[in-house]
This record gives sequence, C-alpha cells and structure tokens, in this order.
Amino acid sequence: MVEIVVENLFFKYPEAENYVLKNINLIIKEGESIAILGENGAGKTTLAKNLNGLLKPTQGSVKIDGVDTRNLSVAKIARKIGFVCHNPDHQFFAETVEEEIRFGLRNFGFPENEAERSIREVLKTFGLEDYRFRNPFQLSGGEKKRLAIASIMVWNPELLILDEPTIGMDYAQRLNIQRVLKKLVSEGRSIVVITHDVDFAASLCERAIILSKGEVIGDGCLRKLLSDSEVIEKASLKKPFLIELEEELGFSIMEEDFDEICDFLTRVFPKCHS
Amino acid sequence: MNVVDLRSVSFRYAGSERNVLSDINLKIEEGESVLITGPSGCGKSTIARVIMGLIPHSYPGDFSGEAYVLGMNILENPVSRIATNCGIVFQNPENQLFTFSVEDDVAFGPENLALPPYEICRRVDESLRLVGIEHLRHASPNSISGGEQQKAAIASIISMHPSLIIFDEPTSMLDPSSSASLIQSIFRLKESLREMGKEITLIIIEHRINLLINHISRMIVVSDGKIVLDGDPMTVLNESFERRIPINIPPLLRIYFRIKDRCGLEKPPRSLQELLSYLREDGWGRNG
Ligand SMILES: Nc1ncnc2c1ncn2[C@@H]1O[C@H](COP(=O)(O)OP(=O)(O)OP(=O)(O)O)[C@@H](O)[C@H]1O
Ligand SMILES: Nc1ncnc2c1ncn2[C@@H]1O[C@H](COP(=O)(O)OP(=O)(O)OP(=O)(O)O)[C@@H](O)[C@H]1O
Ligand SMILES: [Mg+2]
Ligand SMILES: [Mg+2]
Repeated sequence: MVEIVVENLFFKYPEAENYVLKNINLIIKEGESIAILGENGAGKTTLAKNLNGLLKPTQGSVKIDGVDTRNLSVAKIARKIGFVCHNPDHQFFAETVEEEIRFGLRNFGFPENEAERSIREVLKTFGLEDYRFRNPFQLSGGEKKRLAIASIMVWNPELLILDEPTIGMDYAQRLNIQRVLKKLVSEGRSIVVITHDVDFAASLCERAIILSKGEVIGDGCLRKLLSDSEVIEKASLKKPFLIELEEELGFSIMEEDFDEICDFLTRVFPKCHS
Repeated sequence: MNVVDLRSVSFRYAGSERNVLSDINLKIEEGESVLITGPSGCGKSTIARVIMGLIPHSYPGDFSGEAYVLGMNILENPVSRIATNCGIVFQNPENQLFTFSVEDDVAFGPENLALPPYEICRRVDESLRLVGIEHLRHASPNSISGGEQQKAAIASIISMHPSLIIFDEPTSMLDPSSSASLIQSIFRLKESLREMGKEITLIIIEHRINLLINHISRMIVVSDGKIVLDGDPMTVLNESFERRIPINIPPLLRIYFRIKDRCGLEKPPRSLQELLSYLREDGWGRNG
C-alpha cells in the first residue's frame, strides 16, 4: 500500500519567475478518495505531477513510502501511482486501442493470458469493445478520455491520479466512471481526482484539497469545505447541487442517485401524495 | 439566409464500416444560438467538421448529401475560405495554439484578415479581456495550464469576429466561475456586435447543459449519428428525459421532470429555493 508525504513543497517551472506551488504539506494514505479543487492556474496539475515524480520539488520534498521522489525513477513510481493526464493525446502513442492498453501490462511484466483477460475486462468497463483495433487518435473526445483512463487503470496501481476525468463524458458515462472509481476505493485503492466538476467530486470523494494561487487553502472533509462560501469564492468553485439541496432541506440525504433523491422528496412532501 | 444548411448529409470515416452521420438535415438561421448535445461518440464533432468543410476536405471517407455554410457549398470551397468567416474552437484547445505567445495566437486571425494594426490591437485586447487572460499575454501557449490554454484558444477565434462560431466543448477545462463568466461574455459580445450591425451565429457543443440553458434559443440532441430532437430547449430536455437519452440534464430540471406530475408542478422552477418553497406550501418537510 502506498503513502505519499509532501513536506514544505515549493515548485517553480525552470524558466519562470514565480513559484507555482508554495509551502504545500500533505499526507495521502491508502484507501483515500481525494478531490483536488481550485481555480484555473491554481497549480493542481503541477501538484499532481509532483506527487508522481514527473516533476521534482524546487524546495522541500515528496516521499513515496518513505523514499524521496528524487531517488525514484518515473517508471518505478508509475507501477504504484497511475497518472491519467488531462489531455489524452499526450498519453497515446500506440497504433491501436488494444496496444495502448497492453503497453503498461507488458512493461510491468504481466503474463500474456492475464493481460488478455485484463484488456477485455477494461474495454468492457469503458464501453470500448468495438474500438479494439481502432487508432486511438481516431476516437471521439469522450472515447479518448475513456481509453486514457482504461490504459492506466488496467495495471491496477495502488493510487490512481486522474486529471479531469469527466471531460467529454455524457450522463451515463459520468455515472459509470463514478461507480468504477468507488469500487476501487472500496477495494482499498486510493484515488486523487483533479476536477472542476464539483458535483462529481462531491459524489465520489471524502476529502478535498483546495488550492488557490499555489497554496492549500483547505484540506479536509469535502462536504464541509464545499459548504464554506469563503473557500468557494476564493477558489472559484461552486457549491455542489447535493450540498445545496441538503442545506435547503435542513437534513442530509444519503442517496446519490437522482431517482432515489426524487423518490425521497416525494416521500417527505405530502404535496406529492395527492 | 441560412447560415448552415445540411441536406441529407451522411458520412463514413475511411476504414470504418458504419456511417457516423446518417441523413442529417439541419438548417440554422442567422443570429441563432444553438446547443448541440448528445451521448459521447454520437457524431457532434463530426457535424462540426462538416460545417467547417474539414469533412470531406481533410478527413478521408464517404460523404454524401449537400452542405452549405454562409451560402458556400463546402464541396466547392477550400477550408481556408470557409475559415475566414467561420471559426471553430476545437474540443482539444492545444491543437489550436501554435505560435510562441498567447498574444500572437490571438492576433493571428485578425492579421490574416489583413485588418489595420490598431484594429488588431483592439481585437487582441478585447478577446483576452473577454476570456480573462490579459495577464498571460506574453506567456508561451505550451507553458500555461489546461484551462488557460482553453481560454487562449477561445480568444484566438473570437478575435476574428467570425459570422459563425462553433464551440466544441468550450468550458470542459474551465473552473465553475470562469465557465459561467465566459458563457456570459460570449453572449454579451454577440449582443454588442448586433448593436453594431453584425449578426453572429453560435453553435455550441456541450455536455454541460446547465450553463447554457438560459442563453440558447434552440437545442439539438444527436444520437447515433442522427438528429433525434430539435427545438425549444425546455421541450427537448423534457423529451430527452422521457426517452432516457443519457445527456446531462441539469439536476434541478431532472428533479422537476421526475416529480412534476406527482407534485402538480406546472412550470420548471427557476431555483432550488423556488422548488422547495412550492413543495413546502403546506408546511411539511422543513425538519424532516
Ligand atoms: N510548463 C510550464 N512553464 C511555466 N509555467 C507553467 C507551466 N505549466 C503551467 N504553468 C503555470 O503554472 C500555474 C499552475 O498551472 P497548473 O497547470 O498546475 O494549473 P491547474 O490548477 O492545473 O489549472 P487548470 O485548472 O487550468 O488545469 C499556472 O499559472 C500556469 O500558467
Ligand atoms: N478520424 C476518425 N476515423 C474514424 N472514426 C472516427 C474518427 N473520428 C471519430 N470517429 C468515430 O465517429 C464517431 C463520432 O465521433 P465524434 O467525434 O463526432 O463524436 P462526438 O459526438 O463529438 O463525441 P464526444 O462527445 O465524445 O466528443 C465515434 O464513434 C468515433 O469513434
Ligand atoms: Mg490542470
Ligand atoms: Mg466531440
């Protein structure tokens, strides 16, 4: 199981003048579901790339299971920490969807028959069976995004970091990915989701890390942070619909499925009984 | 005049067995603001490519039917000619940025239109302000964040003031407050250009219907390469709900469609507060 400890992290891009991340301190443990939220340019992607060693701290440290990322190879980290970047085009290089997914499995030495099974499974999970032999660059925007997630998830890393996983997803797929990620967490894996989709974050993550202008302005229970108008204002966020609904009702709703929420409303309001 | 006129357009990408568009008929008049939505992979971006003439000119495949944009037959006009008056913000903004500074990318279009220098400067300023990235004017498009790139891509099209603008998921990477203000600014620009005598037509492809519902005049749902719904946004949303087409119906409306008959709601609530105060009229549900 994987644990990441970030201490006094400062980061500056080589040619830039200003620090993009300032004094970040965090611990990410196993089994966590975390949303990283914050305005455009807040530093979310930069932080994610520091968590998986793609970028190294300018000052301070990031340790994965006690080892400084400066002393770990990117490939070694990737086996434990999968990273789905926001633009799938940056990730793709293979000629077919199948090869794209197989790459990681082969790299990490999965036996052929097991690989075959995993590929089939993940194609099915993401509704990509029909595209198995298609060139990844000839997929639609949403299909590319699903392939990008599938090709990392397939080797079952202990921590999965997803940069904007819901881009291009329709209603059904958004629910699907929510379900898939929830299942991972229930199996003890951790997920870190960078997203502007606060509703998605609220229905999936327990914890939120709120970044604004390179600093952590909130870290803790997502529901609490996203009910805080000051935090919302500062990080250009929006209150998730579910939280707004609960605040207005004055009690909490356990259901996350819309049909269930509606049934719930019709139960509590006698107006709906006539 | 119809800005867009597609007549029984069908298309199959080379190497693919099935038609991604089948028998699309679509007329869009000058000044309309049309939202196109539909499940992922249904053919939205492909329709945009046809309107821009990129299909069939840049994408090999079997094209049939007729397509006119701003009166030009796409088969008889090169993409470059169509693009002078018809702009598209691609789904992946990075594909659109190719110079060394954000400012140059935004100036590129107006320069190509051979506008006078003061007008180019004015357009660049206006567009950068509109998307809120004046501070990134001198930054390289490769060293800014995803959302910042998307804003730059939008500015680089808006600066041309094209008669028709197609936005393919323009807010997918924007934070909630930028998304809302961007959409407002786009419609404000449309208004102010109209006051100056220039009508622009907007086609917006989006999964995030919530943002647009109060701005658009028409909504189209595409499914499996066909236009399945087309009309007044509220009617189209209601139909989509009834037919369980998997589009992102705004949560408040999803609740409304689901409970309206049972609870006697006559029109869609404008806010959650409005919905709940209606439901509470007889004093229930306040404390569970
Ligand atoms: N390669 C780079 N070189 C220099 N500056 C960069 C580079 N990449 C990003 N930046 C800057 O660093 C800051 C943080 O960028 P980052 O990509 O981490 O933001 P983000 O929170 O992911 O934003 P978004 O929501 O728009 O994706 C921004 O101001 C951006 O302009
Ligand atoms: N260059 C291509 N070659 C072959 N097939 C393609 C190509 N581009 C797209 N397709 C296929 O055509 C169908 C429609 O794609 P299109 O990009 O128009 O979908 P979309 O509605 O824009 O979806 P999304 O919301 O995911 O962006 C998809 O099934 C896709 O796989
Ligand atoms: Mg980012
Ligand atoms: Mg598309």
